[in-house]
Amino acid sequence: MPDTLLFAMEAALNGLTAGVMYALVALGFVLIFKASGIFNFSQGVMALFAALTLVGLQTGQIPFSHLINAIFGTRMHHFGWTLPTVVAIAGTVVVMVIFAWAVERFIFRHLVNQEPIILFMATIGLAYFLEGFGDIMWGAEVKRLDVGLPQGMSGPVDDLTFAWFGYGFYMDRLEIWAALIASLLVISLVLFSQYTKQGRALRAVADDHQAALSVGISLRFIWVLVWSLAGIVALVAGMMWGAKSGVQFSLSLIALKALPVLILGGFTSIPGAIVGGLIIGVGEKLFDFFMQPIVGGATENWFAYMLALAFLLFRPQGLFGEKIIERV
Amino acid sequence: MLDARSEGYVTADGRQIGGVLMEMKNITLRFGGVVAIKDISFDIREGEIRAIIGPNGAGKSSMLNVISGFYHPQEGEVWYKGQRRPRMRPYQVAQQGIARTFQNIALFEGMSVLDNIMTGRLNHMRSGFLSQALWWGPAAREEAENREKVEKVIDFLEIQHIRKTPVRRLPYGLKKRVELARALAAEPSILLLDEPMAGMNVEEKEDMSRFILDVNDEFGTTIALIEHDMGVVMDLSDRVVVMDYGQKIGDGTPEEVRNNEEVIKAYLGVAHD
Repeated sequence: MPDTLLFAMEAALNGLTAGVMYALVALGFVLIFKASGIFNFSQGVMALFAALTLVGLQTGQIPFSHLINAIFGTRMHHFGWTLPTVVAIAGTVVVMVIFAWAVERFIFRHLVNQEPIILFMATIGLAYFLEGFGDIMWGAEVKRLDVGLPQGMSGPVDDLTFAWFGYGFYMDRLEIWAALIASLLVISLVLFSQYTKQGRALRAVADDHQAALSVGISLRFIWVLVWSLAGIVALVAGMMWGAKSGVQFSLSLIALKALPVLILGGFTSIPGAIVGGLIIGVGEKLFDFFMQPIVGGATENWFAYMLALAFLLFRPQGLFGEKIIERV
Repeated sequence: MLDARSEGYVTADGRQIGGVLMEMKNITLRFGGVVAIKDISFDIREGEIRAIIGPNGAGKSSMLNVISGFYHPQEGEVWYKGQRRPRMRPYQVAQQGIARTFQNIALFEGMSVLDNIMTGRLNHMRSGFLSQALWWGPAAREEAENREKVEKVIDFLEIQHIRKTPVRRLPYGLKKRVELARALAAEPSILLLDEPMAGMNVEEKEDMSRFILDVNDEFGTTIALIEHDMGVVMDLSDRVVVMDYGQKIGDGTPEEVRNNEEVIKAYLGVAHD
């Protein structure tokens, strides 16, 4: 087999794992958009906040310690314990559910029946609030996150591909694990929304608020549920990306990568988010591989957006999105 | 014959009507300065078909929205199954067994007919969502039971052929029928129908009338409906409340209402000399 083809396959395989992560971030958007028609600009910051909380709980940081020290003149930063990862994750989930409740109670309950653009603006405000709140709560320095996932080159993949092709593929073990966990989450979300009572209620709310009320669905409960789910998705995304490159502000920018995924897959489709994520993940790796000699690299920064632009021109509703035809 | 405290009555066609299921006591509903409902009282009895009629703008829909919890009256009490109902949200009212349809159809357009009707069963599902997601244990049995009930309703309303069709693609008359099916699937104590015949042609109206009568006959469902088409209502209902400008101007059997001076005035107008 020619070397170029092998290298391309390796790139595509790595693109696949990256794509699963993109899909995961995009899924957070799709969940909220489907159930409430809100494009949640704060999804990326939620991932950052969740990762910060996870690190903070894990390392026994005292929340708001800088604030407390500044006011009372104390000098305390840590409780002096470290929590097991599982406990810290559970604690973070609780925090994200409380956050979801607060978002419904203090923001969206007061904005019922407003234009989508107003709800969108509210999420921008929420993003900035949460960004600052996370800083005050946990401090702004770059943190290392270790959730116990293996890192470094994957031996089995190397051995296996070497045995097959005489060339060992390089894949990061962390990325393989991240892809596995993300797939698991995606599958459970699909099962949840297709087969459970709450999932059916969620789809019903997404479709028609009035009708949902008339069959006995509580809108408030569903909204808290949806924001909690989005918070959990954000947590997993923040955890994986945080483990890879540290917990820092730039984590919140991964949300930007979700935008082309959404444009490709359609804002309302869970399978769309998955396929869109994979296409972009594989596409940008392959594009980089083949075009690097010509355009000189760094194509990963813009390829996804260019692809999204092309989609906007030819298929604005995305691959799986619902085509909206205005009746005149 | 229609003493509110009596144990019930027998209709013209010989059906036994039970005791009071729901009672509206001195309901007044205002929107700012506009009085939509002015001090109206009436009751709905078990097993009857009760109609609220009146010209456009009489306050019929407002009354239905009070019953289903979408509006909250400023004055008056709603009594349901012998108890005073506290202020409730619409979804809580639905959970109490009051299902409704809407004048301008509120279905889940993106979902299939079957899924739409299944949402009517949401309040009858008890098992945990983990077992539901994995289709395992009690959840599988429960889903099967619910499906069975839903299929019965689908058969009953003769919509088998469109079970898998997304609601968006259906014509108006069928959408109305699907909405009725969803409400029926909830096995409600009271079924509220907001202008079930609005916008239908004669044939569709006849079908709908037949279904309403059959539902009442077959399941013994208590039905309260709003309509401004007098003819339809008179053939269908056991007792009729007539509203005009937010006030009750008549209440009784179709026969009584038809001969009521006030009602004739409201519907036909009166000569001014």
